[in-house]
Amino acid sequence: MRLKFRLNGRPVEVEVPPGRRLLDLLREDLGLIGTKEGCGEGECGACTVLVDGKPRLSCLTLALQVEGKDVLTVEGLAQGGKLHPLQEALVETAGVQCGFCTPGFLMAAYALLLENPNPTREEVRAWLSGNLCRCTGYEQIVDAVLLAARRLREEKGAES
Amino acid sequence: MRLRPIPAVKPRSLEEALRYLEEGGRPLAGGTDLLVAIRKGQEKPELLVYVGELPELRILREGPEGLEIGAALTHAELLVHPATERFPILRAVLRTIGSPAIRAMGTLGGNLVTASPAGDSLVALSLLEARVRLVGPRGERELPIPEFLVGPRKTALERGELVRSVFLPYPEGHPRSFFRKVGRRRALIIAVASLGALVWVRDGRVERARLALGSVAPTVLRPRDVEEALVGRPLAPEAWEDLVPVLSAATQPISDLRATAEYRRKVAGRLLLALAEALQAGP
Repeated sequence: MRLKFRLNGRPVEVEVPPGRRLLDLLREDLGLIGTKEGCGEGECGACTVLVDGKPRLSCLTLALQVEGKDVLTVEGLAQGGKLHPLQEALVETAGVQCGFCTPGFLMAAYALLLENPNPTREEVRAWLSGNLCRCTGYEQIVDAVLLAARRLREEKGAES
Repeated sequence: MRLRPIPAVKPRSLEEALRYLEEGGRPLAGGTDLLVAIRKGQEKPELLVYVGELPELRILREGPEGLEIGAALTHAELLVHPATERFPILRAVLRTIGSPAIRAMGTLGGNLVTASPAGDSLVALSLLEARVRLVGPRGERELPIPEFLVGPRKTALERGELVRSVFLPYPEGHPRSFFRKVGRRRALIIAVASLGALVWVRDGRVERARLALGSVAPTVLRPRDVEEALVGRPLAPEAWEDLVPVLSAATQPISDLRATAEYRRKVAGRLLLALAEALQAGP
C-alpha cells in the first residue's frame, strides 16, 4: 500500500506491505534505528513510540494502523541539535547504561508527561512498569523523569 | 526474529469489513493478543482485517437502560471517558490491565474475542452482566457473557461474525466494587487468580452479591452458591470463613507455568476474605 503518515513532524509517504510491523517500517525501510526490538511480544516496552500522542508498541502495530497518524520516535525528541530535557536528565542521573531500553523509556516517559506534567514518584514508577531495564535498576530512570518534569514545568512557568 | 508481513486490509466501512470476514479474514483491533499469537505460530490467519477505526465499532452511547461500548474502544479511552464513571468496577479492572501502552492499544472487543481464562476485563463484564452485540452475514444478535464465552479461547462467534459492541446495563442502586488480582509482576501480569465483586450493602450486611473469578476456570466463573450464601452476612472476614472452602471447591483451575492448580484454588478462597476485609474497611 501507499502509506501516508506524519513521522517526527514531517509528512512521509512510503510503499509498504500493509501487514508490515511499524517497527520494521521504521528501522529497515526508513532507517530510524533508535526504536529497538526487545521481546517482540509486548512485554518489554523497548519498541515504544507515540502514535497521536499515545504510547504504542511498534512491534505489535501494523503499518496500516498508522495511516494518517502522527508518529513520534526517539529521533524526534531532540530539537535543533539540543537534547530533550528528558534525554538530558537521563544523562545527568546516569539512567543509561547499555542504552538498549532507553528509547522505549524515553517515549513512555514523554507520553506520561504529556498526560501528567507533575507526576509523583509512584506515578512515574507505575507508568514505566511496562518498560524493562536490565542494567540500571530503574531508580536513576525514575529520578531522571522527575527531574525533567520539574525543569519542563519551570520552563513553562518562565514562558507564561 | 522478523515477522513476515501478513496480508492485511483496512476496510472503509463495516459492510466491506464483513465481506472480508466472510471470506475467512480475521478481525484485528489493538493487536496486543492476535499479533503475539501469530508471532508465536499459534495463529495463522490468511488475512487480517483491521476494524480498529471503523466508526460503528467506536461508539459510546449512553441510553436509559445502560451504556453501549463500541468493540474497538481502547482501555485507555474507556478509563478517561465520563460515561464509564457509572461503572467503577470496569474502571478498577481496566486500570490493572497490561501497561500504559497496552491499555492505549487493547480493546474491550479484543478481550472478548481472545476469551482468555485470565482476561481481566471479562471479570468486570461478567459482574455487570454485559451483553455482547454481534454483527454478521445473517444480521445482528446479542448474547449474554456466559453464552458468548464458551471455553478457554473459545467464543460463540460464527464464521463472518464480528463483535460490534458491548452493552452494560446500569446496576441498580450503588453496589460496592472490588477487584483484586494476584500475579507475579504488577505490570503486564497474567493473573494467577483474580476476584471481582459487586456487593450491595444494607445496614452493615450483604444484601446481594455478585462475584466473578478469573484464571481459575475455563472461562470467568460466577460462583452462584457463594453469592447466595453471602446474603445477610455481616461485613467481617470471620463471618465468611466457612465459605472459603466452598469458593475454592467451585473453581476448576489448571496447573501451568504461572501456578499450580492447588495454589490457584487456595488463592481464590483467600481472595474472598480480602473482599470481606475491604468491605469492612469501608468505601
